[in-house]
Amino acid sequence: MNQTIYLDNAATTRTNPEVVKAMVPYFTEHYGNPSSVYEFSTPCRQVIAGAREVIAKSLGAKPNEIYFTAGGTESDNWAIKATAEAYMAKGKHIITSRIEHHAVLHTCQYLEKRGFEVTYVDVDENGVLKVDELKKAIRPDTVLISVMFANNEIGTIEPIKEIGQIAKDNDILFHTDAVQAFGHLPIDVDEYHIDMLSSSAHKLNGPKGIGFLYIRTGIKTRSFIHGGAQERKRRGGTENVPGIAGYKKAVELAMASMEEREKKERRLRDHLIARVMAEVPYTRLNGHRMRRLSNNANFAFQFIEGESLLIMLDGSGICASSGSACTSGSLDPSHVLLAIGLPHEIAHGSLRLTVSAENTMEEMDLVVDRIKEIVGKLRDMSPLYEDFMRKQGSF
Amino acid sequence: MYTEKVMDHFQNPRNVGEIENASGTGTVGNAKCGDIMRIYLDIDDNQVIRDVKFKTFGCGAAVATSSMATELVKGKTVQEAMEVTNKAVMEALDGLPPVKVHCSLLAEEAIHAALWDYAEKSGIVIEGLEKPKTDISEHDEDEEY
Repeated sequence: MNQTIYLDNAATTRTNPEVVKAMVPYFTEHYGNPSSVYEFSTPCRQVIAGAREVIAKSLGAKPNEIYFTAGGTESDNWAIKATAEAYMAKGKHIITSRIEHHAVLHTCQYLEKRGFEVTYVDVDENGVLKVDELKKAIRPDTVLISVMFANNEIGTIEPIKEIGQIAKDNDILFHTDAVQAFGHLPIDVDEYHIDMLSSSAHKLNGPKGIGFLYIRTGIKTRSFIHGGAQERKRRGGTENVPGIAGYKKAVELAMASMEEREKKERRLRDHLIARVMAEVPYTRLNGHRMRRLSNNANFAFQFIEGESLLIMLDGSGICASSGSACTSGSLDPSHVLLAIGLPHEIAHGSLRLTVSAENTMEEMDLVVDRIKEIVGKLRDMSPLYEDFMRKQGSF
Repeated sequence: MYTEKVMDHFQNPRNVGEIENASGTGTVGNAKCGDIMRIYLDIDDNQVIRDVKFKTFGCGAAVATSSMATELVKGKTVQEAMEVTNKAVMEALDGLPPVKVHCSLLAEEAIHAALWDYAEKSGIVIEGLEKPKTDISEHDEDEEY
């Protein structure tokens, strides 16, 4: 059996052993319910308060502005649905982008079926939001702008500060899905004029099933889960104490290592991109060349289909992902790749590789060698390639 | 997600390639949907499929069904080849995930398209063969909300 080469860190990351270590006592020793009055539960209350503080500090926020959730998807759902409901009297118009995660897009579609209007602002060929179009989309009844901090598929980092300023100038709330960015890029909610921010622990070597939503003081929002006084009555349910303890540790580690990790990731990723672009013909790099997450590489290989590529890479122990229709469970390839203008048949041949600082140069070289081999094999099998080569030959 | 047979036919596909001056060729599918299959048939004077080759752009199941379909029609008469249905292809592969059933339909259609081309070129009629559709797509996305 091959050794696993994990290059899907945008899907999830390895839980840091130190994080696991930080969680264990909250299963074994400190298993009390944080809401109970007795002394036995004090360590649970403490670790929750501590986590809130660590996270708030990392964002330039206040601890009571951090609300724990079950993850990024819940945070996005909460931010958008509860805000829409709370500000309905002011207006029923929301602005978002065409390349958001489905947690945002499907939530917006849900609201559209319930009388809200949503404008999906376009992005350019690199996946950068068209800020001028955003400005034009603003109406007197616009209550919320939701734009992701960085895209999960192509890694493009959005002009969040500019968008935040526009939202602020127009007195509109600004939510950002920072699931791919938090713990990877420095974020300051005041500097960027962010009113709400979603995050998920497992994208930064924390545990799965825990996230948070930052909600700026003063924002009206409805309770999302009813049934308890937890999270200032806004999100009922006994806290995921081990998860929160793990999140705390993950954020501490991520903040301390951010620069160093980014440098390592960038070195690996740049090598990967340089070799693939130089050695595999008819390939394009998706996403912005410079303004992108340091761990992200996204390619489109012409004439081949992504799922085939993934299965063959899997055969070599390489974990990656694709925006092809076959991997999305529908007939359409990734909405993100279509939004940046890729034709369907090229979007089907996409491959996303997201590195971590734990990967090595040797792994990068091995992966490129395998990609070259597999892409060649699939092209030899492809009628599209056959037609293309025939056309080339006839000139 | 895939059976061992599907994986085998995907990783070691049989009959990949082209046939120069083929007796019949057929291309079906749609790059937009992510699947294109092309079948080449070499048919002798007794209407026996002497050789068959394919090229496919598509997912693992698309490649595996093409490969299996070519195996099933090889050495058969054109009339016998008509019995190679998508069900036969699926059974021979020990099944496909429900979302991949359309790949087997595409394989059947590709064989039919190549047979149709052969029939037209040689001026014969193959019983039960209808003019192939050039584009196959299924749109049965479920309602979510």
